[in-house]
Amino acid sequence: MQLRILKDKILSKLMLVLTLASVSLLLIIGIGLYLHSAPIIEKSSWGTLVTSSVWKPLRGLFGFFPFIMGTLWVTGIAIIIALPLCLLTALFITEYAQGGLKRILVPFVNLLSGIPPVIFGVWGVLFIIPLIQNHIAPHFVEFSTGYSVLAGGIVLAVMIFPLIVSIVSEVLNTIPQELKDASLSLGANKWETIKKVILRKALPGIIAAVVLAVSRAFGETIAVLMVCGNNAVVPHSVFDAGYPLPALIANNYGEMLSIPLYDSALMFAALLLFIIILLFNIISRVILSRLERKLAS
Amino acid sequence: MTQTPHISVQHLNVHIGNQHILNDININIPDKKVTSIIGPSGCGKTTLLKSFNRLLDNTPGVKITGKVLVDGEDIYDPKAEVTHIRKKMGLLSQRPYPLPMSIYDNIAYGPRIHGIKKKQVLDQLVEEQLKATGLWNEVKDRLNASASRLSIGQQQRLCLARGLAVNPEIILGDESTSALDPVSTSIIEDLFISLKEKYSIVLVTHILRQARRVSDYIIFVYGGKVIEFGPTEEVLLNPKEELTREYVKGYIS
Repeated sequence: MQLRILKDKILSKLMLVLTLASVSLLLIIGIGLYLHSAPIIEKSSWGTLVTSSVWKPLRGLFGFFPFIMGTLWVTGIAIIIALPLCLLTALFITEYAQGGLKRILVPFVNLLSGIPPVIFGVWGVLFIIPLIQNHIAPHFVEFSTGYSVLAGGIVLAVMIFPLIVSIVSEVLNTIPQELKDASLSLGANKWETIKKVILRKALPGIIAAVVLAVSRAFGETIAVLMVCGNNAVVPHSVFDAGYPLPALIANNYGEMLSIPLYDSALMFAALLLFIIILLFNIISRVILSRLERKLAS
Repeated sequence: MTQTPHISVQHLNVHIGNQHILNDININIPDKKVTSIIGPSGCGKTTLLKSFNRLLDNTPGVKITGKVLVDGEDIYDPKAEVTHIRKKMGLLSQRPYPLPMSIYDNIAYGPRIHGIKKKQVLDQLVEEQLKATGLWNEVKDRLNASASRLSIGQQQRLCLARGLAVNPEIILGDESTSALDPVSTSIIEDLFISLKEKYSIVLVTHILRQARRVSDYIIFVYGGKVIEFGPTEEVLLNPKEELTREYVKGYIS
C-alpha cells in the first residue's frame, strides 16, 4: 500500500522535473546564444546590427538587415502560396472526398512530410529555378537567374503543405455534422456552409496550424539555401536573390572563422532567428487568445 | 383525415450500407397538425425524419428509393433542387447547434442566404422570430453577443427562431427537447402547439407523455416499418396493433 503511494509520488515528481528540464532548454539556448554573440553586440550595438545593410566581414562590418528581410520574404511568400492551397485541399479531403479517395489522399499528403528537405532542394534547383528563370520572371523583370526568394518560397510552401493540411483537416473533422446540417437545413448550399460556418468555426485551429507551419518555415535551411541565391542584399522583388538567416549560419559556420568576430556574428544570426520565432509565437498566441475570447463572447 | 397531406411518403426504402433501415414506408403527414413519430431507439424514426429534407443525402453509403412528395413535388426526383426543399423545412435537432456568430446573425443567416440584404427587413425579421419564440425580452439588449453565450434552452429556442426566419412550411423536430431542462422543455412544447396554426410539425420523440401532450397524430415505427398511424388518443389509448400496445405499455422499448 505504502509502496504504491510512494511510486505515484515519485513518478509525478519525476515527470515534473523532466518537463521543467525540457522547458528550461529554451532558456538555456537563449542565454547560450546571447553569451556567444555578446562580443559583437558590445563592439557594435543592437540597433546598428539589426538595421545596417552592409555585410563586409573582412572590414568588420556586420549588418543583418538583408538576412532578416531574406528570412521574412521567403517565409512570407511560402505562407501566401501554401495557405490557400492547404485550405482548399483540407476542405476537399474533409468535406468533398468520398470513402475510398479520402483513404488514399490522407496518407499521400502525409507522405510528403517524410521527404527529406535536401530532396526538395534538388527538386527546386532542377525544376523551380528553370521555371522561374525561363517562364515566370521574363514576364515581369528583365533578367533573373531563377535563384530568388520566390524559388525559396515555393520550395518552402511545398514543404509546409503537408503540415498545414493535416492539422487543418484534423480541425475540420472536429466540426460536428449537426452544425453543418443546421446550416444546410436553412437552405444554404455546401459552399455557403463552408464559407460562413465551417471556416469560421475552424478559424482558431487554422491560425494555430499556420503559426506552427511558419515557425517551421523560419528555420528551414537546406532546401531554401539551395534555391534562394544567398546574396547578402535586401530583396526588392520576388525575383531577387535573398539570404535567410539559417542559410547564412549553415553556409559559413565552421569556415572563415579566422575573421575576427565572425564566429560571434553567426551566433548573433542564430540569436536573431531565435528571437524572431519567439516573438512570432508570442504575438500569434496573443492574437489567438483574443480571437477565441471574441468568438466566445 | 379529410385535409390534403403536406408530406406524402410512398414506398420509401432506405438502406445504409447493408442495413435496411426503412422498409416500404407509406404515410401521409397532415397539414397544419403536430405529428409525432414514436418508437424504440434504433427503429429508424430519425432516419424517417431526415428523409423529409434530404439530410440523409450526406450519410455515407446511403441508398434511397421511393417517393417523398412535399406539396405534391417529389423531393427525390433527380431534377429537384435540394436547397429549395430544405428551405421549406425548419429543423430542430437533438441538441442546439447555434452557428458560430452572434444572436442576430444566427437568425439573419438564412434570410441573407436567400437574398435579403436590407437592414430594416432583417431587423424586423429578427425581432419577429425572437418574439415568436419568446426570446425577445431575454436577448434584445445583446443581439450582437455570441449565440454560444445563451443557456442551452435559449439556444434551442434561437435555433427554432433561426429555422422560422426562412419562412418554412414544415418544422421537423428530432427529439428536440432531449437535452433540455423541464422548464425549457415545456416552453418548446408550448411553442410547437402554438406554431401548428401556421406550420405542419413533425416530431421524433421517445417520450410518450410528450407525444401525448403535443401531437394530433402519432406514427409508431418499429424495426424500420410503420406499424400504426392515427390520431394521438387512438394510437396511445386504444392501439389496434399488438406491437403498439406493448410499446405504449412499456413492454418493449
